[in-house]
Amino acid sequence: MKTEESIMQRIADAAKAVTRGVDAKDIEHWVTIYIMGRAYKVPADLTILTAMEYAGYRFVRGVGCRQGFCGACSTVYRKEGEYKLQTGMACQTRVEDGMYLVQIPFAPAEKAAYDISKESYDASVFLKFYPEVARCVSCNTCTKSCPQDLEVMDYVQAAIRGDFQSLAEGSFDCIQCGLCAMRCPADIVQYNVAQLGRRMYGRYGMPVPKHLITRLQEIEAGKFRGKMDQLVAVPREQLEKLYASRVREAD
Amino acid sequence: MGKKTTGIRYVGGYPEYMRKLISIVHKTRAKRRDYTPPPMTKEEQEEVLKLHPDYAPGGKRTISVGPNKGDIGPTEVVDLVEAYPLVEEGEIDLSKVDYSPDILIIGGGLAGTSAAIWANDSGIPKEKILLTNKLRHGDANSIMAEGGTQAADRSVDSPERHFIDTIGGGHFANKPDVVRALVEDAPLIIRWLLDLGAMFDREENGDFVEKWGGGTSIKRLHSCRDYTGLEEMRVIRDELRSRGIPCIEHFPAIELLTDGENRVTGAVLWNLETGEYKIVKAKATILATGGFGRLHIRGFPTTNHYGATCDGVVIAYRAGARLRDIDTVQYHPTGAAYPIQIVGYLLTEKLRSSGAQPVNKDGEAFVFPLEPRDVEAAALIRECYVRNKGITTPTGLRGVWLDTPLIEEKNGEGYIDKAFPGMRRMFARFDIDMRKDPVLVFPTLHYQNGGIETDPHGKTNVEGLWVAGEVSGGVHGKNRLMGNSTLDCLVFGRRAGISAAEYVKSGRGGGALTLKHVTGYVKDLERAGIRPERRSPILLPDYRGRAALARMIDVF
Repeated sequence: MKTEESIMQRIADAAKAVTRGVDAKDIEHWVTIYIMGRAYKVPADLTILTAMEYAGYRFVRGVGCRQGFCGACSTVYRKEGEYKLQTGMACQTRVEDGMYLVQIPFAPAEKAAYDISKESYDASVFLKFYPEVARCVSCNTCTKSCPQDLEVMDYVQAAIRGDFQSLAEGSFDCIQCGLCAMRCPADIVQYNVAQLGRRMYGRYGMPVPKHLITRLQEIEAGKFRGKMDQLVAVPREQLEKLYASRVREAD
Repeated sequence: MGKKTTGIRYVGGYPEYMRKLISIVHKTRAKRRDYTPPPMTKEEQEEVLKLHPDYAPGGKRTISVGPNKGDIGPTEVVDLVEAYPLVEEGEIDLSKVDYSPDILIIGGGLAGTSAAIWANDSGIPKEKILLTNKLRHGDANSIMAEGGTQAADRSVDSPERHFIDTIGGGHFANKPDVVRALVEDAPLIIRWLLDLGAMFDREENGDFVEKWGGGTSIKRLHSCRDYTGLEEMRVIRDELRSRGIPCIEHFPAIELLTDGENRVTGAVLWNLETGEYKIVKAKATILATGGFGRLHIRGFPTTNHYGATCDGVVIAYRAGARLRDIDTVQYHPTGAAYPIQIVGYLLTEKLRSSGAQPVNKDGEAFVFPLEPRDVEAAALIRECYVRNKGITTPTGLRGVWLDTPLIEEKNGEGYIDKAFPGMRRMFARFDIDMRKDPVLVFPTLHYQNGGIETDPHGKTNVEGLWVAGEVSGGVHGKNRLMGNSTLDCLVFGRRAGISAAEYVKSGRGGGALTLKHVTGYVKDLERAGIRPERRSPILLPDYRGRAALARMIDVF
């Protein structure tokens, strides 16, 4: 086997636990978790998601990107001896000994239909589409349930005030997992309220950059057409020269 | 200060021996602060690329059936192409049609979702569109895109420059007319997203903050913190939902249907939860099923979502679609290599374009941080496995440091919180503070460069079948540049949606629903001597523990 090929083999061997699942013989440390009440002994180094897979579960729901971006694997858990329910993403939470857990694979939440080009840029838009925001009792349960550690209650309050910027910036990292809405005693769907607010702010809160408007006019006027016609027709050798002679913009 | 978990002593998320190695990175930082290794010459690039998984010997074989017979592909892909279908002619009832949209869109990432919206804007009523998803709508690689979207909209930039960067990065294998569409539509796409309410990073005066992408000659990257794909996906998904365009979830396509004469007329969908199939009859079908990262090509970890299993390529190939550049795979230079829970996860290139440096065990900056991705990835592999200057993790993986504290040294304190909240959060969950300590990285399987050959309108060589996004081939040649994938999805999603709508409105499309092409393909497999040991599409990977699997009884 050539050196390069054996290097590829070594890389693949080192990554086996990740690409093909964990092998029990490689594991030193174990914990016991309770998946929907039933005890399983699993390697201590796994996330809730990979631990459930280790235990034999094959997901068709409650899993998506596996990296904390899509919000598909919302999980509720409680640690042995504690009364408090905690929340997290199964793909981003390490298992702990004595964890009782269940996944919430779907949130039956209301999503309003609207055309943002026709709505007015003030607080009334929230009351129009999500009147239940007014029911917020400021209990802060939403904030405590957020796996992204967002100040959810604060952005709901910003929506009520019509403060689009605070709402948009405060909710920007939301992955729409639904845990806030599932815990809210006032039945507010915080993440959908935020989605409406961010879109309103994105459209009305910031000007369209002048350089973008200019470029679109230039394209429309055909400024680049001639050069592009030439470029798509030039032979590879010439393209290679053009590529090699690029001048890098200063940092 | 040390935290003791599971028997190993950790300090700030790292075991003690790694902590000692990190002190070398801290010590050498001041020296490296104003030093960047020069970009490689073409010859140096060619030399190091021998260590890239695409060029290292092994890992590939010749395709023995279908339109690309004789071409080379990754073994894992050829295995799926040379596999038997899940259903054959006569096994299912095609006479009862469950859905009959004008346009069927398979896959709801950025490409499929934008195709649906633009088809609707082009005069196809919402109830005549159907978007189907294998997982939930938006559970896709799109939503995980971190870095940004390229568009030449600064006065010092131009579509030509974007074209040259893209085609050079793709090793001149890209289809020029397709690249032209990509770069000429880019500013329009950014404007479309703004009108829909997407929040891009802005300067005080409202201009876009534009950043470097690897392999580009100018700052052209439009970002939404390090959640660009999330923001773009959320916005257009919300638009689709507001319009009430029909969308079904957990319903992958397991086969296309044809009229028996090289025209796609619909698809067989399968309920992932109940196992029931449904028949779709459509005048136009847009395939936007994404890539193949979960095949773990050459045994690499991946940045890809759970459903990235090459389904679209497999079913389109059986229907006669030609593939292109399917032999090349993009390995992102900086996947997480530690801790084990996040191995393979994406650490956006924007970290490097904001000042983070790859650093070896001895605290040396050994590579220009923004080489094209294939070159950068190969350089990291060389550092770890040839020069032996990598760092070995407790589980035996090797990696090099990405010196993230340099980002704040160069951009000021608080910058990471503002620009990389997703990255900071991911590491903080494992007690690592990337503002203060470097993180460990190694290349990870990221992107399917090639796919089903497309034209500038997303059309394939099969009538009635369009493609958009990662499933397509020809846009990126043999190596995609950063910021061109979300752009690809949005440009060709739009173009495919418009083109399919025009096709339908001109009265074309539709026809008999058959699996004749599958029967023909099975005959080809038999003639090639391939035994019916594998079936495809596989739909999802299987990570169940071996101990549990060994004791399973298949009852129902």
